[in-house]
Amino acid sequence: MIASASQQDDGIAGTFICAGFKLGGPSDRIPSFEISNIAQNRTVIMSEAQSDPGRRKFLVGATVVVGAAGVAAAATPFVLSMFPSARAKAAGAPVEVDISKVESGMMITQEWRGQPVWIINRTPEMLAQLAKNADLLRDPNSEDSTQPDNCKNINRATEKHPNLFVAVGICTHLGCSPVDKMKAGDASGMGGDWPGGFFCPCHGSKYDMSGRVFKSMPAPLNLRIPPYSFITDSRLLIGDDKKGA
Amino acid sequence: MKTAERLLGWIDARFPLTSVWREHLSEYYAPKNFNFWYYFGSLAMLVLVIQIVTGIFLTMNYKPDARFAFASVEYIMRDVDYGWLIRYMHSTGASMFFVVVYLHMMRGLLYGSYQKPRELIWILGMAIYLCLMAEAFFGYLLPWGQMSYWGAQVIVSLVDAISPPVALWVRGDYVIADATLNRFFAFHVIALPLVLAVLVFLHIVALHQVGSNNPDGIEIKEKKDPQTGIPLDGIPFHPYYTVKDIMGVVGFLIVYFGIIFFAPEMGGYFLEENNFIPADPLKTPPHIAPVWYFTPFYAILRAIPQKQVGVIAMGVAVAIFFLLPWLDRGIVKSIRYRGALYKTALGLFVVAFLVLGYMGTQDPNLWYVNPVSRVCAVVYFGFFILMPLYSRLDKTKPVPERVTG
Repeated sequence: MIASASQQDDGIAGTFICAGFKLGGPSDRIPSFEISNIAQNRTVIMSEAQSDPGRRKFLVGATVVVGAAGVAAAATPFVLSMFPSARAKAAGAPVEVDISKVESGMMITQEWRGQPVWIINRTPEMLAQLAKNADLLRDPNSEDSTQPDNCKNINRATEKHPNLFVAVGICTHLGCSPVDKMKAGDASGMGGDWPGGFFCPCHGSKYDMSGRVFKSMPAPLNLRIPPYSFITDSRLLIGDDKKGA
Repeated sequence: MKTAERLLGWIDARFPLTSVWREHLSEYYAPKNFNFWYYFGSLAMLVLVIQIVTGIFLTMNYKPDARFAFASVEYIMRDVDYGWLIRYMHSTGASMFFVVVYLHMMRGLLYGSYQKPRELIWILGMAIYLCLMAEAFFGYLLPWGQMSYWGAQVIVSLVDAISPPVALWVRGDYVIADATLNRFFAFHVIALPLVLAVLVFLHIVALHQVGSNNPDGIEIKEKKDPQTGIPLDGIPFHPYYTVKDIMGVVGFLIVYFGIIFFAPEMGGYFLEENNFIPADPLKTPPHIAPVWYFTPFYAILRAIPQKQVGVIAMGVAVAIFFLLPWLDRGIVKSIRYRGALYKTALGLFVVAFLVLGYMGTQDPNLWYVNPVSRVCAVVYFGFFILMPLYSRLDKTKPVPERVTG
């Protein structure tokens, strides 16, 4: 019977029983014990002389690895359940905005993906000021910042509608929504040399009228320009730059 | 045998009731020279219980839904009988928790309670502190006011600065939204309280393994009565310290309910004005600041004009406390026997911490806010980084054999 433990048919069962006993019992000695092997309806007797430390170590190691894989597999659905749901993703769909009533110098705010998107019809003076700001700015050419390719210019707007500034009104520092201080000079309460732009109340970051961040500000990047396109000259589609241009 | 004794015997045969009572209360010997600073451990436990009980009753009327959350809090405040009391107990309790925990930590700094052999107690305590910060942060979103919303937006953006996908995962949406509120509710009412309870249990198990430190910073277990084996300077925790702690509870409750009844908003420090406006994802309030207990770290974040570095500095400012047992190379524990170097360093640190806390509540555009914060941040980190040096060079006084009372 002792010998049968090493035979092909009950070798595995015998070793598992032995390993289980080792984990639960005192580690310094492994007494002989009897156990009934239900499948074979035979009794397998293991003794100290027969225990194989190498094999036991391997089995414990294998159990740990398989167990860890099991835990990882079980954790996966829970972890993934915390990502945006299908409904949240659907709410991220493009939105249409009527801009016919946005007059020169006016600003409207549209919600897209729960974020404020600013749409500003800049005046010629505001556009003229942009070229003079370069020395004040951290990333004047928007090299590191996020915008659609057709908006990577000084106006950070499309060629056809350079006056129309569309930007996600979320500070690139820590996600506050900056306030508009669009009037240049003292009128905005930002000091006499203020070129007009936006000011984040949370940590004091400043941006110019094309959302470019000033030097030595906590915010690292210019305001993000979302993908957008014109359905007609007076209808804007935010969140998609494939249609029209 | 009387019935009560027989019942106790029946239980003791099945559960270590009497032996645990003896080991941890009636025959747990604590140093006899505890002072005022030793109230705050038991008070922290009291506040934890208050928070759990009031929290349970708040969940009976609160709705974790972005459409209803703000209104349900106002409903609790106006229409639920005694809802205002339960809510103010909970909101004041949050601030008092931090008052008590900061004083409890200060006690550790004063008397070297983190030093060998109490390193693990300190580490477990720091884990409790981190857990508490998370608990407070998640809880602050629930009223869904403007400060709730934009505070959470700023803090989750800290994660965004390190890894945007992780921030998306934390929020469950592209911005702070209903999904975020719902999960923060889950963390706040079940996940973290469970972790907190386990950590508090472990904190006390570790404490009872080595025994309490005391204002003299000497080990009472080294001088035992040769007959009884009881420390000569030890007194049983029960009844001596249970009675003393009840005294502390009475004093605490006077202050606590004084705040609840007369200044529950504490001039905007415990409940901020902007949080009485419903959350508006399209408009940030003109001035946002976290609740007072986070402002020292927030001031450090703001003082550094580079986003990632600021976030890292803020994280390190909290995490560096974990290293305290190994940074301190002093040969004495208690401030009573430390020299001028350590006393000066600790004094400067406390001043820097308080000033940072004040600066964190102020408008960052005031000319002095960021420069002063920077100086204080240097002092703050200097306290820890230079500690191996000054704690070793310090001229200490001789430590007494027995506690001095």
